[in-house]
Amino acid sequence: MMSVSSCVHLKEYQKNRINDAEMALGNRKVEKNELNFQSYREAASGANAGKTGGGCGCN
Amino acid sequence: MRKVYLSIVGFSLLCRLNVSAQIKQDSLPQTTGISLFKPIGQPEPSEYHPRGLHIDEINLVSSYYWQNGDHSAVTGGIGTEKVTDISNGLDLKMVWGDPKVKQNSLTVGIGFDHHTSASAAYVNLSGASNTGGSRIYPSIDWTRENVKKGSSFGIGAYYSGEYNYQSLGADVHFSQKTADKNGEFTAKVQAYFDQVKMIYPSEFIPQSTSTVVTSASGTGEGHKANIPSSPRNTYSASLGYSQIINSRMQVMFLVDGVAQNGYLGLPFHRVYFNTGKDTIEHLPSNRFKLPVGVRLNYFLGDNIILRSYYRYYMDSWGVKSNTAGLETAIKVTPFFSISPFYRYYDQTAAKYFAPYEAHSPTDEYYTSNYEYAQFHANFYGVGFRVAPPKGVFGWQNLHDLELRYGHYSQTTDLVSNVVSLSLGFK
Repeated sequence: MMSVSSCVHLKEYQKNRINDAEMALGNRKVEKNELNFQSYREAASGANAGKTGGGCGCN
Repeated sequence: MRKVYLSIVGFSLLCRLNVSAQIKQDSLPQTTGISLFKPIGQPEPSEYHPRGLHIDEINLVSSYYWQNGDHSAVTGGIGTEKVTDISNGLDLKMVWGDPKVKQNSLTVGIGFDHHTSASAAYVNLSGASNTGGSRIYPSIDWTRENVKKGSSFGIGAYYSGEYNYQSLGADVHFSQKTADKNGEFTAKVQAYFDQVKMIYPSEFIPQSTSTVVTSASGTGEGHKANIPSSPRNTYSASLGYSQIINSRMQVMFLVDGVAQNGYLGLPFHRVYFNTGKDTIEHLPSNRFKLPVGVRLNYFLGDNIILRSYYRYYMDSWGVKSNTAGLETAIKVTPFFSISPFYRYYDQTAAKYFAPYEAHSPTDEYYTSNYEYAQFHANFYGVGFRVAPPKGVFGWQNLHDLELRYGHYSQTTDLVSNVVSLSLGFK
């Protein structure tokens, strides 16, 4: 929370590092099937833009 | 001299008026009047330059997965868990509109998996059931983005079909950026309406019926059986908030709320009681899940990106879980990176789980599916990403290529490996 409250306001031209493809706040495209395999073998799911339940005969 | 002085004052006043017009929102309709501070040729903000429908990107992801273990749910918590799976997904994203004002995107996806499961042979006690199966899952999503307002709205639909399971899904999603465009709020509500085909282990099918089916993946024997189905419904709401902290760090918070009802087990999963008698697993018809996660990415120095993730999970079946992961993307060149990663996972057992021949016949709910056992797991591996400006292998349209390998092991002795390839075309 302290970090969030001390956020700086970046202009678009200051976001060269933030806009790097590997800085994206999400799963990589290549991880898509890994998330499915994990949901088949683990009871927990969700909060990762993957499956939360339903859609297949798994979790 | 007076004329010069008045000219300068007049020029100054004209400049001040135009500066004021630039910082204040116009209350009058735009005119095409001449202004000394308006560069010639610069388009007015209100001009809309839509582009016709065109393909924005195509993504292909393929994975090969293989695992082994010794606690198959089909045979009551014992027996081989040998599985192989080939998964393929293709997404096509088309856009139209003005990318600086309002833009629509339509993403059409198709996925196809084929798996083999050694334990599926024992849906029939003789071990003669079909071990292979396929699944196809198309999807479609339409999103409308207002770039000026920093908001978007979209709807999506999904279908999945395999021999013993059909699913229809739909979702609505929304996002809104903060005024300074450094933060973004996202929300999504989703529902799945599934049908579980009631394929029982062979010893539980009345011998008198003419619709005997003994395989979770089709009989392969030409039987056209009318197998009843049971519904399973899933409703979820997902909220997220991302924030840029500084020029090197950004964070995202995620929370889902999930409610499921209906037939939540699988009808061909056996349970052996402590008396030696076997039965079909029996789970509650309701389940509530609450995962909460956080992501933090940090650009360290000039060449290293740290990608971290943590999730806490709890549900109404008594499972509590922690997930933590760290990936280090090392930019060997601006266009080639190597990313070793590690993920730790642990969970407590569900209230209704017990191993082989541990359940009592008086238990109300019971399962020996080791997905609900207590364990912890490690997943580690490495990925490679190539994204040169002239395209991968000199092919301009092949924008990026990623290759990734991971090794997974649980304290239940389940071990698996996965290799994935992703190709991005623009």
